[in-house]
Amino acid sequence: METNNIHHLRRQVANLRQSLFDQGYVDEQFIELEELQDDATPNFVEEVVTLFCKDSARLIHIIDQTLENHPVDFAKLDNYMYQFKGSSSSIGAKKVKTKCTQFMEYCRAENVEGCKRTFQQLKEEYTTLRRKLEIYFQYARQVGPTETASCTQSKSVN
Amino acid sequence: MGEKMMQSHHMVTVKVNEQQFNSKRKHRFVPSESNLQKIFAFWIICCTFFSIGVYFSMDTYQKEKRKEGLVSMCDQRARMLQDQFSVSVNHVHALAILVSTFHYEKNPSAIDQKTFAEYTARTAFERPLLSGVAYAERVLDSEREEFEREHGWTIKTMEREPSPIRDEYSPVIFSQETVSYIESLDMMSGEEDRENILRARASGKAVLTSPFRLLGSHHLGVVLTFPVYRSKLPQNPTEHERVEATAGYLGGAFDVESLVECLLGQLAANHPIIVNVYDVTNSSDPLIMYGHQNPSGDPSLKRVSKLDFGDPFRKHEMICRYLHEAPISWGAVTTAVFIFTIFLLIGYTGYKSASHINKVENDFNSMQELMVRAEAADVAKSQFLATVSHEIRTPMNGILGMLALLLDTDLSSTQRDYAQTAQACGKSLITLINEVLDRAKIEAGKLELEAVPFDLRSILDDVLSLFSDESRRKGVELAVFVSDKVPEIVMGDPGRFRQVITNLVGNSVKFTEHGHIFVQVHLDEQKKDGAKNSTCLNGGSESVISSGAFHYETLSGYETADSHNTWDTFKHVIADNGLYYESATKVVNDDLSRNVTVMVSVEDTGIGIPLKAQDRVFTPFMQADSSTSRNYGGTGIGLSISKCLVELMGGHISFISRPEIGSTFSFTVSFLRCEKHAVGDLKKSHSDDLPASFKGLNAIVVDGKPVRAAVTGYYLKRLGIQAEVVSSIKRAAATVGRNRSVVSNDMKLDMILVEKDLWISEDVDLSLHFHGIKQNGHVYKLPKMILLATNITNTEEEKAKAVGFSVIMKPLRASMMAAFLMQLIGMENERQGNGSSSLRGLLCGKKILVVDDNRVNRRVAAGALKKFGADVECAESGKAALSLLQLPHTFDACFMDIQMPEMDGFEATRRIRELESIANEQQNGVLNCDGGTKRHRWHMPILAMTADVILATLEKCLQCGMDGYVSKPFEEKNLYQAVAKFFESNPNSD
Repeated sequence: METNNIHHLRRQVANLRQSLFDQGYVDEQFIELEELQDDATPNFVEEVVTLFCKDSARLIHIIDQTLENHPVDFAKLDNYMYQFKGSSSSIGAKKVKTKCTQFMEYCRAENVEGCKRTFQQLKEEYTTLRRKLEIYFQYARQVGPTETASCTQSKSVN
Repeated sequence: MGEKMMQSHHMVTVKVNEQQFNSKRKHRFVPSESNLQKIFAFWIICCTFFSIGVYFSMDTYQKEKRKEGLVSMCDQRARMLQDQFSVSVNHVHALAILVSTFHYEKNPSAIDQKTFAEYTARTAFERPLLSGVAYAERVLDSEREEFEREHGWTIKTMEREPSPIRDEYSPVIFSQETVSYIESLDMMSGEEDRENILRARASGKAVLTSPFRLLGSHHLGVVLTFPVYRSKLPQNPTEHERVEATAGYLGGAFDVESLVECLLGQLAANHPIIVNVYDVTNSSDPLIMYGHQNPSGDPSLKRVSKLDFGDPFRKHEMICRYLHEAPISWGAVTTAVFIFTIFLLIGYTGYKSASHINKVENDFNSMQELMVRAEAADVAKSQFLATVSHEIRTPMNGILGMLALLLDTDLSSTQRDYAQTAQACGKSLITLINEVLDRAKIEAGKLELEAVPFDLRSILDDVLSLFSDESRRKGVELAVFVSDKVPEIVMGDPGRFRQVITNLVGNSVKFTEHGHIFVQVHLDEQKKDGAKNSTCLNGGSESVISSGAFHYETLSGYETADSHNTWDTFKHVIADNGLYYESATKVVNDDLSRNVTVMVSVEDTGIGIPLKAQDRVFTPFMQADSSTSRNYGGTGIGLSISKCLVELMGGHISFISRPEIGSTFSFTVSFLRCEKHAVGDLKKSHSDDLPASFKGLNAIVVDGKPVRAAVTGYYLKRLGIQAEVVSSIKRAAATVGRNRSVVSNDMKLDMILVEKDLWISEDVDLSLHFHGIKQNGHVYKLPKMILLATNITNTEEEKAKAVGFSVIMKPLRASMMAAFLMQLIGMENERQGNGSSSLRGLLCGKKILVVDDNRVNRRVAAGALKKFGADVECAESGKAALSLLQLPHTFDACFMDIQMPEMDGFEATRRIRELESIANEQQNGVLNCDGGTKRHRWHMPILAMTADVILATLEKCLQCGMDGYVSKPFEEKNLYQAVAKFFESNPNSD
């Protein structure tokens, strides 16, 4: 029963992880991240993702405020979004990163409407990703830290 | 920005050039065209004046001469006239004395009319000018009657009437026969004569009347009257005494006209002149004595000569004129015109040549201007090309990157095919653009050659590895041979050298379907020696041709274009070397000159170049013909770039090609010899460093083709393996057996290398030869059997393995061979093939600072570096990094994000470098005192972490003192490449 459960959980974790890739939420960088995880840093991926979430929440708050200001300071926005983009590409948050890029393009074109619209989409993508990652990590923690990342899994993705 | 500056700089140079021209134009050799015309006009005017002056001076001289002539003629005539006249007067005087002597002093008179007439008639020749002479006696009125009675006639007046009564009379008593008609006429009755008589007796001298028409001849004449005195006059008699003493008068009519005529007749002159004689007693009314009243002739010039006929009361003068006007002096005119013409011609010539000079100068200037413009346009074109190519490259990199990303995603096979095609096209486009850029750079003179030490052999191996796949696929034998005389390390531009060779070999591979491609590198002089030898020992190759139908002594046995380049030549080249490794180092030290001229030849057995296309092979965008590019692709720019590059490197490129047989391209390049101690560093870090563990091994190369065997031998020698060449397996076996019979430890045989085609063709039972050895079961290590193959089929491979061969695929490369042999011989491979573990080797134990404001990024980077064993510290801003990096610190490297708030990565790096340079300077000071105990200079490797890997960013990184960059997020390969430059591999890390 115990082992069954574990197996079941494992399969579920693998499925969750696979769906993250399949739906395009994360890319290869995520695998790289997983590869960095070893005995010395067993929760490296989760740690980084948590960092990312904290950082993102802060940035989203700031960007929201900046967007409300009149006139909009595009240079500032660009700067914040650059950071956002940097951190999302670091964890391999593919969709969020795409939105960031889009946002920065609007920002450089000084298109307020475009920025706001894209930022809305960005927030949605971010929220989705965050939720999915939270679920994934929840399951993964249950399976055990050593099982979350494995080479066989990453190869199956390729 | 840079390009704009370049352009503006370029504009400036053009302007400067133009200014130079303008300033040049100011210092012209001749005046400008309009000035020239003015000068010419002035010259003409001067000429005219000068000529006129010449004319006038000559004319005046002539007139002067004419005048002088007139004067002399006139004076001469006047003087003669005067002389003749005075002669006549003297005769009249003599007559007067005669009358006085014989008429008055004799009594009775000795003279009567008859005597007088006779005497005068007989002496008339003495007085040619006098028409006749007569004597008139003074008769007072008181004596008239007696007189009339004595002579028997009455005194008559001039009108032949009896004279009225007067105070006195002077009737003519004696007369010459010519004038007998005047006898008895009273001379006093004529006004002229009376006056004459009165004046004559008062003065006692001969006097003359004014001219009048003579009675007989109607010629103009004058009457001469001479007084005859009765008694001797006292000394200085008074007028009254004279009058009282007067006895009579002797008179004669002078025919002046005939006198002058006769005179002039005697003096015929070459210039006929008109002579007039005037009586100018009354100066206001001159009376003409001779000549026309209104004389014709030249009125402009006349000469007046005074005439003295002995009568002080009367004045006469002679006026002479030329009959004709002075002729125009043609001489003067001709001379003047002549001079004018000459000067005009001189002036014209000068003018023409000056204006020609002007024209040429103008042409020259405009040409030069055009040339400057053309050059500028050329430079601008090249700059434009360079700029455009550069600009195209940037987005192309994006496209290629995206395509690469696209290929990594899940694609259907069709999509993948499309994307791969697009990527291949993009890559070839990038290659083309790079080539164009290179060419443009060369033309714009922007290409600068590096001078760094590099290993020529490993470059050649690299090039070979590029083409090994293709050559294997085609079954073409690809080989490199580098002469031992070529130094291992030379100074030069490895990139460009590699580019040229890659291009040539690429071409050869492209155009060769069978046979071989053989790259040879020799010293230039060595090659020449070889060529010399071959001419001496020629003839060998022919015999080879006759013996085998299709066999040449080349690498693959195919015929090559350059027949000198066959085994005959090659033999001498390698004979110089010897086949032993020791000679190499010795030779290098022999030649101490700084320059090494290397001769590289790339020989192929491809389709060759059509004869008609051979002369434009090095012209850009020229392939042999259009069908070539259709069949083989390519732009044809490569060879022209190669030519440029070779010439930049101080060499020249040439080729020999025979259609359907092959081409041999050869070029020379000058490198600098590299000092050994300077090489040390390079060799250590060189990735292609060959292991030394093969030194002292022995090998036998079994190959029927000596050239190919030499190539194999070359590689073995590079690994330190001594090789012996035998031409067949049987002989090899014999050699092996011999070795075994003279058993000795230092002559053990380690490996036997057999060419595949030899093995196939001989098809001997190898096991018979070699397995026999095995089975002898000695303690000697058995020789490894290696099969060398260009291409091999699966069945052949299996067969070979069954026999006991290990197969090595050609083209051979030193590193590949080393790896292969190590595996084969079972030595421990010191080098790590695996990337991540070698990265670990590099980074293990290193203390690294990661600077990034983004904590996620920071964490990931730190995690990645930690994974490779590095000791990582983080800083969240440039400032924090600076404070951590205050010297002295213990960090080995720094990874720096570029885009950070407050202080970006560039600025932080700049500050760090400043700190380091200050510290280094201080240390230098200390060093001088210390004697250099610690020779460490501060220079921490700083690598940029950047998401956008474009060239501009990299350039900026290097500018501000960074050592390289890694893309973010980290890729292992990229990271390894970047890091490998700075850290030496630590072999004990694993």
